[in-house]
Amino acid sequence: MSMQIGPDVAIPALETERSRGTRNWKRLALLLPSALVVTLFLVAAIFADLLSPYDPLEIVLPDRLIPPAFSGGTWDHPLGTDQLGRDILARTMHGARISLMVVVIAVPAAAAVGTLVGLLSGWRLGWTDKVLMRLVDMQLAFPALLFAVLVAAVWGPSLRNVILIITLWTWSGYARLVRADVLSLREQEYVLAARSIGAPDRRVLARHVLPNLINVVVILMTMEVATVILFEAGLSFLNVGVEAGSSSWGIMISEGRNFMPIASWLIWIPGIAIVLISLTAMMMGDWVRDALDPRLRNLR
Amino acid sequence: MTSNNLWQVLASRLLQGLLVVFLVVTAVFFVSRVTRDPIAYLADIQSSEAEIDALRERFGLNDPLYVQYGNFLWDTVQLDMGRSLHNGRPALNEVTSRVVKTLQLGAGSLLFALVLGLLTGVIASLRRGRPTDWLARLLAVIGQAVPDFWLGLMLVFLFAVEPGWLPTGGSGSLKHMLMPIITMGTFTATALMRLTRSGMIDSLGSDFVRTARAKGLPERAVVYRHALRHALLPVVTILGLQAGRLMAGALVVETVFAWPGIGRLTIDSIGGGDFPVTQAAIMLIAVSIVLANIVVDMSYRLIDPRIRAGAA
Repeated sequence: MSMQIGPDVAIPALETERSRGTRNWKRLALLLPSALVVTLFLVAAIFADLLSPYDPLEIVLPDRLIPPAFSGGTWDHPLGTDQLGRDILARTMHGARISLMVVVIAVPAAAAVGTLVGLLSGWRLGWTDKVLMRLVDMQLAFPALLFAVLVAAVWGPSLRNVILIITLWTWSGYARLVRADVLSLREQEYVLAARSIGAPDRRVLARHVLPNLINVVVILMTMEVATVILFEAGLSFLNVGVEAGSSSWGIMISEGRNFMPIASWLIWIPGIAIVLISLTAMMMGDWVRDALDPRLRNLR
Repeated sequence: MTSNNLWQVLASRLLQGLLVVFLVVTAVFFVSRVTRDPIAYLADIQSSEAEIDALRERFGLNDPLYVQYGNFLWDTVQLDMGRSLHNGRPALNEVTSRVVKTLQLGAGSLLFALVLGLLTGVIASLRRGRPTDWLARLLAVIGQAVPDFWLGLMLVFLFAVEPGWLPTGGSGSLKHMLMPIITMGTFTATALMRLTRSGMIDSLGSDFVRTARAKGLPERAVVYRHALRHALLPVVTILGLQAGRLMAGALVVETVFAWPGIGRLTIDSIGGGDFPVTQAAIMLIAVSIVLANIVVDMSYRLIDPRIRAGAA
């Protein structure tokens, strides 16, 4: 293919009013579907047992492998049923609930631990810093999936373990970011001023350092949502995630894969659910980052 | 630590790597021996009291914890990771016999990711803001949102189940490797593409590229010899992190495609309750990731003389 390289590529793109305008339009066009996906996800997850037409784990063998309504099934089971006659819509909704639970618990927990470690490390320096940063290195060298595998081998799969693993896996990202920011914040004049009039560390950290870290932590939290959702699904797919037999999207795909040739909806439907919500979460993470701190563009 | 001597840096990196491995081994000991009675996963459900006592004696579980820890460390140093509970062969041999298969996938997917990621990244940066760029970025975002296990199953469905063009799983020929490599490399490819694109956009707008153009160099030389070389630095940095990701990906991809490597062995050993093998696999993978990181770190220093030891 011939590449047309004009002289214009060398000019750093200055953002004109017009291009910013079209960008806003493009954003708006994406915002609506994203809001829809998030709303659907939240409603499904929170009201799963009120809204879902069936018990997600109820086995009805005569009704097994009914295709979704749009490909030859009936509206009794809008998204069809699986090999044990369980309703796919009900299972997908309860799967959303598992994802939401993992996100709601693991993301703030990891942020809290990581922020604390980063604060301590960047503020105290010296040996505290050395030891804590080695811990971060170790965490980076030891892939989370391995740790999950170890935990599953010893304790068996469970939702509690998944949340624990994801927290243990993601805290180090916050620790690194927060430490880097603390290192520059501690040299700021207002921090020095506060220390020089004798304010105790606790007060300096709470009043002058922590408020300046909130943006960076919130940005990383929103960007981690998709990662966490994908990770839970992956663990559950390998049977080292949540309890076997529950309705995690990963487990639905893992159970459905043997029926792929005759019932492909068993893997299409939970897969599309995962892709939609993680795609949306990623875009929202980008927006939050651009709004709060565009410097962090290369975070991921 | 502040030295320009490459050998000193290497020595210090190796020491640090050793420390990480030590911490990993300790973590394995702690999780497997302290948080739960190991008999729970070492013995059968039907084992009698006498059999359980014999097992306790054999694995030294009656000793005080610090003695157990000492023995565990000593055995690990001697590369003795116990024997498989299934066939009695040394657990480490079970794992190392699968290394080559996993390396094949790892190398293949890294190559796939590098070629695809760099190529699309460069093209997208040269056509910044045009439809090609939009398409490449859209695909990159989707590539990061699609879970690897699902991508693998979709490939199986689209290319193996229905039309029967490719085998659904197993190993033995290049055809068997195609889908696993794509599945394993896609995420890395998208990460590389994004990084290459933003690096290229940076360097295309920089003074040294303007100078190269002013000298009248052909466009090809400007793009590939000047701009791309500069944009490659951050790419090399993240390759170390990708090594860990690829190993983790091996667990998933080998399970999806029934590929006889370390990843599948690990998952199978958990399902079959063969704890010594699980443990040996985890440690081997951790060591290989540490080594990969050191290699990447050192090569980064060789490529860019600006980076001085201890500065990173």
